[in-house]
Amino acid sequence: MLSIKNLQAAVEGKQILNGLNFEVKPGEVHAIMGPNGSGKSTLASVLAGREEYEVSGGSVSFLGTDLLEMSPEDRARAGLFLAFQYPVEIPGVSNANFLKTAVNEIRKARGEEILDSKAFLKLMNEKMKLVEMDKAMTQRSVNEGFSGGEKKRNEIFQMAMLEPKLSILDETDSGLDIDALRIVSNGVNALRTPDRSFIVITHYQRLLDYIVPDFVHVLYKGRIVKSGTKDLALELEEKGYDWIKEEIAVGA
Amino acid sequence: MTTITTSAPSPSAFLQEAEMFAELYGKQQPAFLNLRREAIAAFTKLGIPTGKHEEWKYLNLSGITTAGYRTVSPTDTHALTAKEAEQYRLAGKKSVLVVVENGRLNSAASSMNDLPSGIKIGSLSDFLGQDSVQSHLFQHADFVNEALVAMNTMLCYEPVIILVEKNAKIELPVQLSFVAVPGAESLSIPARVLVVMGDQSECTVIESYHTHGDGAPTFTNAVSEIVVGKGARYFGTKVQAEADTSKNISYHKVNMARDSYQHLTTVTLGGLLVRNNLHIRLDDVNINSYLNGLYVLNGDQVVDNHTLVDHAMPNCYSNELYKGIIDGHATGVFNGKIWVRQDAQKTNAYQSNKNLLLSNEASMNTKPQLEIYADDVKCSHGATTGQLDDEALFYLRARGIGEETARALLNHAFAADVIEQVENEELRASLLQLLEKKLK
Amino acid sequence: MSEDLKILDEVTNSDYKWGFVSNIESDNAPKGLNEDIVRFISLKKSEPEWLLQWRLKAFRHWLTMTEPKWPNVSYPEIDFQDIIYYSAPKKKPTLNSLDELDPEIKATFDKLGISLIEQQRLAGVAVDAVIDSVSVKTTFRETLAELGIIFCSFSEAVHDHPELIKKYLGSVVPYTDNFYAALNSAVFSDGSFCYIPKGVRCPMELSTYFRINSAGTGQFERTLIVAEEGAQVSYLEGCTAPMRDENQLHAAVVEIVSHTDANVKYSTVQNWYPGDKNGKGGIYNFVTKRGICLGDRAKISWTQVETGSAITWKYPSVILKGDYSIGEFYSVAVTNNMQQADTGTKMIHLGKNTRSVIVSKGISCGRSQNSYRGLVKIGKNASYARNFSQCDSLLIGDKCGAHTFPYLEVANKTAKVEHEATTSKVGEDQIFYCNQRGISTEDAVNLIVNGYCKEVFNQLPMEFAVEAQKLLSISLEGSVG
Repeated sequence: MLSIKNLQAAVEGKQILNGLNFEVKPGEVHAIMGPNGSGKSTLASVLAGREEYEVSGGSVSFLGTDLLEMSPEDRARAGLFLAFQYPVEIPGVSNANFLKTAVNEIRKARGEEILDSKAFLKLMNEKMKLVEMDKAMTQRSVNEGFSGGEKKRNEIFQMAMLEPKLSILDETDSGLDIDALRIVSNGVNALRTPDRSFIVITHYQRLLDYIVPDFVHVLYKGRIVKSGTKDLALELEEKGYDWIKEEIAVGA
Repeated sequence: MTTITTSAPSPSAFLQEAEMFAELYGKQQPAFLNLRREAIAAFTKLGIPTGKHEEWKYLNLSGITTAGYRTVSPTDTHALTAKEAEQYRLAGKKSVLVVVENGRLNSAASSMNDLPSGIKIGSLSDFLGQDSVQSHLFQHADFVNEALVAMNTMLCYEPVIILVEKNAKIELPVQLSFVAVPGAESLSIPARVLVVMGDQSECTVIESYHTHGDGAPTFTNAVSEIVVGKGARYFGTKVQAEADTSKNISYHKVNMARDSYQHLTTVTLGGLLVRNNLHIRLDDVNINSYLNGLYVLNGDQVVDNHTLVDHAMPNCYSNELYKGIIDGHATGVFNGKIWVRQDAQKTNAYQSNKNLLLSNEASMNTKPQLEIYADDVKCSHGATTGQLDDEALFYLRARGIGEETARALLNHAFAADVIEQVENEELRASLLQLLEKKLK
Repeated sequence: MSEDLKILDEVTNSDYKWGFVSNIESDNAPKGLNEDIVRFISLKKSEPEWLLQWRLKAFRHWLTMTEPKWPNVSYPEIDFQDIIYYSAPKKKPTLNSLDELDPEIKATFDKLGISLIEQQRLAGVAVDAVIDSVSVKTTFRETLAELGIIFCSFSEAVHDHPELIKKYLGSVVPYTDNFYAALNSAVFSDGSFCYIPKGVRCPMELSTYFRINSAGTGQFERTLIVAEEGAQVSYLEGCTAPMRDENQLHAAVVEIVSHTDANVKYSTVQNWYPGDKNGKGGIYNFVTKRGICLGDRAKISWTQVETGSAITWKYPSVILKGDYSIGEFYSVAVTNNMQQADTGTKMIHLGKNTRSVIVSKGISCGRSQNSYRGLVKIGKNASYARNFSQCDSLLIGDKCGAHTFPYLEVANKTAKVEHEATTSKVGEDQIFYCNQRGISTEDAVNLIVNGYCKEVFNQLPMEFAVEAQKLLSISLEGSVG
């Protein structure tokens, strides 16, 4: 589904990703962990197509096409979803109106019929239950005045609505209390199917108790330096990152 | 920018005086004669602005032409002694006190014998022929379009010059004390200042206006040009403490080079008719500018604060806070413009004006303006005119404080907010004292 | 007698010189403006003598005035002698039903998307359509008449209700008010008149569609709305002009009188031809709109969505004379390409406990200039008056300008006036967020701008809000690269 080869990227002239290799197959859940500044959020931003990030080398193929050539909206329409670490507020635009526009744009791109208001409302009511969202929230402006937890729940709600093929959750767990974490995770798990994949970027092993990954990777200095199963996450939780840094130092 | 120039006929008395002085300048300051001549031509064309002029609509200047002012002459003698001048000191015993009596430097009354190294202060005659004076004096304040600047430029005799050397950090505050000494006839007093700060230098300059003794009303027309070099830091304070019969129109042009910083506070307590024009030009990148103002008015005072923060280049920051308390029959005016030119991307500019009206005969006219030609900017202004917060008043009274005291306390707190931001501690204390006196 | 006086005397006292007698059947007045033209218009409309005299007084006053130069707009000098001041549609319609409407005119309405039939059916909107100065059709008049509501063209009102016109004409906007109001008073051709009697609540939205049709004609309509004690009405005005190369002058006057406990809501959607990308052509829209809350607890609310015109110069205002009266102003002004707008409001508080709200949203794109100019004046006797103003500007592109010029004049110590203004651009992070959800940049800007204007759109009647959103999208076309 996603194949990243030797990816190099910089922001504001500073090199962040240094030849990153990474492969995601349909139905897999990959967790990416790593110390601060290792390049986790940069990876998410590059994949989603943020303009400030400059790709200086390597390739990314998504479902067989060159992802880096695509505009952000085309990536979304092709089935790539980013749950933002800091979802932006859009005053005056209701969540429902925003999502209706997005859903129909994506349906158009897939050659599906556009949903009328009734069908859209039905879909929305169904998906709202997934993240235990209050109906009132759909009438509020996108993320405006939402608490941290509400914003993250709204991201997962949007994911459920847009039915992406690959979802990247960028520190979706940060700032969540245990209840919110459970709701968000349940939402994600409900969306897991044999052909949908997830990349879960996180600092904390805690999230992985709820969203159990198939693979865990450690990102350090812009490269994946260690991969393993969910046990690797436990080990990191216990021992921190220093032992990995030492391992690399010895290896080099 | 188009401005409407609707003006009364040129007041010929001032022009006659200017012609008279021009001859004298021609002999003593030949280098500036042409500029003086241009100013005369400009003033002849502009005249004194009337209320039809958009920028002067809230201020009636007709008295300036009809009151029969005589402009102080270079031959007038000084009256003020050092001991008398001492009472106008605002920034502590050690500060440099420069007494400018009726527009001219009174060295005998000043205390500027032990100037710190890195700074030079004197009259234009002490600096004739110096490059930095030659290239800046009369060059920054716009006399072509500003009638009162033209009037000052053609009439001022001995501009006061302050030069701060490159990299010099002047710890002692410099106070220019403009003392009007009234006589039997009404006096028109042109006062002129040029401050040139070298790159990376730092200094504190206080410009204060006072009236010494009784007599016929005075009209001070002051212009200051302040040139802030690269990375330099300028801390300015203007204090208006003249008699309640005085008229005072001042124009400050601050020209800022890259990476520079300025913090200018204008405190207006005295004067009958006062206009404070401030034009801050952010002429290069990475500049920080702070403008604060306070006006506390009563009686028949009319005080008009006119500020223009002119963002010409990218990545600059400006912030402006003006507060007013208006009592009696007084009128306050705040006209603040933030101007962001097309090149000034990534500008952050903020402005706030807050007023308390204490009397039903008082009025406040506010005109905050944003004129923005660049898109990647964050600018805002806010303005309020109203009363003290009832909740706060009630809270104080519930704690046993009488209503009158409670009001006085809150008024003081409202105003002190501006003064608290003045950097120099002794100056701050003096200003708080003046404020307390005015609020009584 | 001096020469001037002699001329004046001659002009005012002599009989009408039938200079246009051969033209009296013509549908257009000749180009230019003089007293004869004013008489021609008045004669064309068979007006009573008092109205002709009022027009002439206005004309003579206009001659003494000069064009205002203070707005933040620039345009070539207008040659007031190069304008046709009266033009009527070829067929003078006396219609009993909409079916009799000139098919061409009907087609134009259809193009504008305001099919009269549709409007009738959908919303029960009564439409008074004004095409180049003459009202061609008024619908629903009979239904309204049963309630005592008068809704007709201005010309008809002059004949059928002269006492009302005499009483209120120029009572809110006197002909001496400003240059363009004086011009309008001299040459106004038609407009709408609306009268809601005491205690009547108008059961439907009243609407006028204005449209400038033939080339080189100025449109000078005049609207007068009077709401008697306790009356209520919501009035809609839509304006559209087809593409023209020449600049056309539009100088309308709207007067609203709201008596004790009356409530008048006036909504405008203006999308006159803005000129092409290079600023060629387009309408000059110089309008004077003012209402007065005469009685206690009266209310006047202006809502405007301004997307058209090459130059817009208008300040719908409210004089708050009655105690506890309320004035509101909600505005969205969009400028693109070379458009210029200088618009805002005046809230003049005279009565006690009067309240006003101003919400203005300016959006500038292309190389346009967009200014908010507003006055909040609290008179000496307006104790406990309150005003809140929020003026926001949004910039799209780096060649346009957004400006805010509020004037706050407060002369009462119990009054509270608050003004806030912000200027910003459409956030790149907002656009990216939308992109990431599959929404294109153009649609994202549309969505964000619509959200930004929501507070104002919420004030519009439903059908108008939908139209306003559509217009906004059209105006924003090509604003993002």
